[in-house]
Amino acid sequence: MVTLNRLKPPLIEPVAPRYFFHWRRRVYAIIGLLIASVLVMAFATTIGSVQVPFPTTCRILLSQLPLVDIAPTWLSTTETIILQIRLPRVILAGLVGAALAIAGATYQGLFHNPLADPYLIGTAQGASLGAVIGFLLPLQWQVMGFGIIPVFAFTGALLSAAMVYILARVGKTVPVTTLILAGVALGALWGSIVSYLIITSKKQLHGILFWLMGSFSLSEWSEVAVVLPYVVAGVVIILLYSRSLNVMQLDEEQAKQLGIDVEKVKLILLAAATLITAAAVSFVGIIGFVGIIIPHAVRLIWGPDHRFLLPLSLLAGAIFLVLADLIARTALAPTEIPIGVITAICGVPFFLYLLRRRKRAVFF
Amino acid sequence: MVKIEVENLSLAYGRNIVIRDLTFQATPGEMVGLIGPNGSGKSTIIRAISRIISPHSGKILLNGKSIAQIPREELARLVGVVPQMPLLPSAFTAFEIVLMGRNPHLRLFQYEGEKDRNITWQAMGQTATQSLAERRIGELSGGEIQRIVIARVLAQEPKSILLDEPTANLDISHQVEILDLIKNLCQENSLAVIIALHDLNLASQYCDRLVLLNNGRVHSSGTPGEVINPQNIKAVYGVEGCVYAHPVNGLPTVLLEAGSSRQTKPQA
Repeated sequence: MVTLNRLKPPLIEPVAPRYFFHWRRRVYAIIGLLIASVLVMAFATTIGSVQVPFPTTCRILLSQLPLVDIAPTWLSTTETIILQIRLPRVILAGLVGAALAIAGATYQGLFHNPLADPYLIGTAQGASLGAVIGFLLPLQWQVMGFGIIPVFAFTGALLSAAMVYILARVGKTVPVTTLILAGVALGALWGSIVSYLIITSKKQLHGILFWLMGSFSLSEWSEVAVVLPYVVAGVVIILLYSRSLNVMQLDEEQAKQLGIDVEKVKLILLAAATLITAAAVSFVGIIGFVGIIIPHAVRLIWGPDHRFLLPLSLLAGAIFLVLADLIARTALAPTEIPIGVITAICGVPFFLYLLRRRKRAVFF
Repeated sequence: MVKIEVENLSLAYGRNIVIRDLTFQATPGEMVGLIGPNGSGKSTIIRAISRIISPHSGKILLNGKSIAQIPREELARLVGVVPQMPLLPSAFTAFEIVLMGRNPHLRLFQYEGEKDRNITWQAMGQTATQSLAERRIGELSGGEIQRIVIARVLAQEPKSILLDEPTANLDISHQVEILDLIKNLCQENSLAVIIALHDLNLASQYCDRLVLLNNGRVHSSGTPGEVINPQNIKAVYGVEGCVYAHPVNGLPTVLLEAGSSRQTKPQA
């Protein structure tokens, strides 16, 4: 018998070593960011035109928790400022930041495209068109205590995304490339209609521009109550499918061979991400940049595993937007800076720093 | 145990029919080789059996049941695939990629547990990839990626394995090692294995039966001794008489000779 030059048979250890170093690191990161987001929200609540000491703010916030009994040593006006004016705004900012960041991470994962953001498939332009129509219609309807603008924006976003999905169908499949192209095309169409409507609107111009740039002023608890269920539902669905999204980072053929029903998962994730995006923008307008840059920053720091990328993006997005809104309302007080300006000015340098520090050219 | 039966199968991309009237089967513990020139439809057959493309006509049966009626997740527990030149996301570690093989065994919100990690680790041991576990895919060579994907299919623990040119990127020691491993698995676990191979000598050494394809049709099929002979090689590949008996085990062996291609022959 001829003996072939073989490698030594590999030593097979039956048990995987516990070298899940970066798994543990990511779990710590989730816990750390969770604590940080609570602290940042409390911190953002203390700051504003009326100075409230941080300990007082914490006591006011804690006194609202069930089973906590703190005797009020503060003025009732202070409590109103904290609980009725600042806290809903801070929470809405956190909620919107979380929603946009996790939606962005989902779109990037689905499209394997570093340029993907929550607005990629025409959601933002659809919402803008809906909102602008809402501004221009001479209607005074109230839906659940709100004006028609959020309702129109929400509907516009969902209709636009649904049209993109239907247009992108090729037989039984929806290739991601056609989705992106259909989204860009329809988005451009909505954008040009919005531009036309803006220049023909006279009285409503200021309101429209303010909405389009995004703002958290006039945030109320009732808005939080409307946005929250959509975001929670969407986030739960996205997190359920995070392992499937990992497998779909292989190409579609391999994902199918590993048991993923690719078209079904794609539709579910698109629907969930679009729903939370639409809910997030409907009250506060188009806030750019969070949905594209936060997932990239998280990916650069903690890696591409979606089971960690998605929750970490959620938390980082919340923290980022709460801080951005804090700067927007305090830096030039009493004038408010549009939050989109702040997200870009603060986010871009940090992101470029990360990009340069990691010399790796790969993202996915 | 799974028996794969392909009956009168025709496959097409659009209107372009690439496989006509193909019938063969792979029984448990049997290794069936698909051989034939480039473009003869070997990869297409593997894509059809893993339900990536649906048949133009004819049937593909797993234990008598049409694969069109088997849900994807269940199909992935029965049939594992090693694709040719797989694209892998470069930022994932090798361990994470192999762990993805456990996907069809997990429920929607279930994470990989101790058992899945150990199965994964053993699969990496069998393919000599344990030392690569922490490395990112982007840093690995073609041969290493090939072994990672084979480890993934082992972690998948399917009842049958389809391989598309699994040795194309490997040096000879890894070629023999991987094919020995697959042959052992095939026999010990009674897996049905269908393997597309370019290398006729490896096909002859390892496969129980061969299906020689030419232009989308079966040219001949049977044991390596029946299929690999000078007449068939000349008819399908256009290469002149070059089949000898292997000096150790007597299986047909193809040895090429410079200047024996169709083009260099005089047009007499």
